[in-house]
Amino acid sequence: MNRMCLSFLNRSENVGLARVAVAAFAAGGEFTVSDLEEIKVAVSEAVTNAVVHAYGTADGEVTVRCELGDGRLVIEVEDKGQGIADVEQARTASFSTDPERLGLGFVFLESFSDQLVVESTVGVGTRVKMVKLYRTGVEGE
Amino acid sequence: MVECHWQDRALVVRLRGELDIGGAQELRAVVDPAWENGEALAMIFDLSGLTFIDSSGLGAILGRYRRVAESGGRTMLVGLPEGMRRQLEMAGLLRLLPLFESCEAALAEGMGK
Repeated sequence: MNRMCLSFLNRSENVGLARVAVAAFAAGGEFTVSDLEEIKVAVSEAVTNAVVHAYGTADGEVTVRCELGDGRLVIEVEDKGQGIADVEQARTASFSTDPERLGLGFVFLESFSDQLVVESTVGVGTRVKMVKLYRTGVEGE
Repeated sequence: MVECHWQDRALVVRLRGELDIGGAQELRAVVDPAWENGEALAMIFDLSGLTFIDSSGLGAILGRYRRVAESGGRTMLVGLPEGMRRQLEMAGLLRLLPLFESCEAALAEGMGK
């Protein structure tokens, strides 16, 4: 079992840092190249959600925790921001408060991870937990 | 990284590297003034240099498509890296925007020449 934790400010330039760090960490597991690409998309979506929505225009901390072993990678993206009032609505395709955004962040998260749990409390923060399972021997799928 | 130039009354937008929330901001900042200041009939996104795209990047492309459509223009895609096809399909972009193998093909076929 291996673990890592990364904390950073809610700045857009840190989204790339988070996904590259998690992908490098995940490379220690038995993931295919396409798995690693999917992990990067999932991390990017979860961290972008935190950066865009959690703290408004104020500075705030986003924490990414990963655990690798037992045939899977567990990724948690956590913020201590304003929270999501209606998680089910937020997880619905094309729900976006910004016309420039697709509203597909959670759809991509669900599609690119094997399990997804979103926990959020208004005024406390949000935690997105994703699980990616090893799929050895199916490179390219 | 975003670069654009004019070619046959099309604004060709070359995207390189990773198109995420930061790249989306750059895309809007570079492309919108160029489109508004020109008299183009089409916008062509050359995706061949992209190494990553997420829903923020896709949203920026879709936003430009809407702006171009509002002014009567056409938006096209060229050079889609195979590893990114799934994201574009999920976002519905491949139903909205015609995809060509090259910029030359888009200019020749997509602009009705």
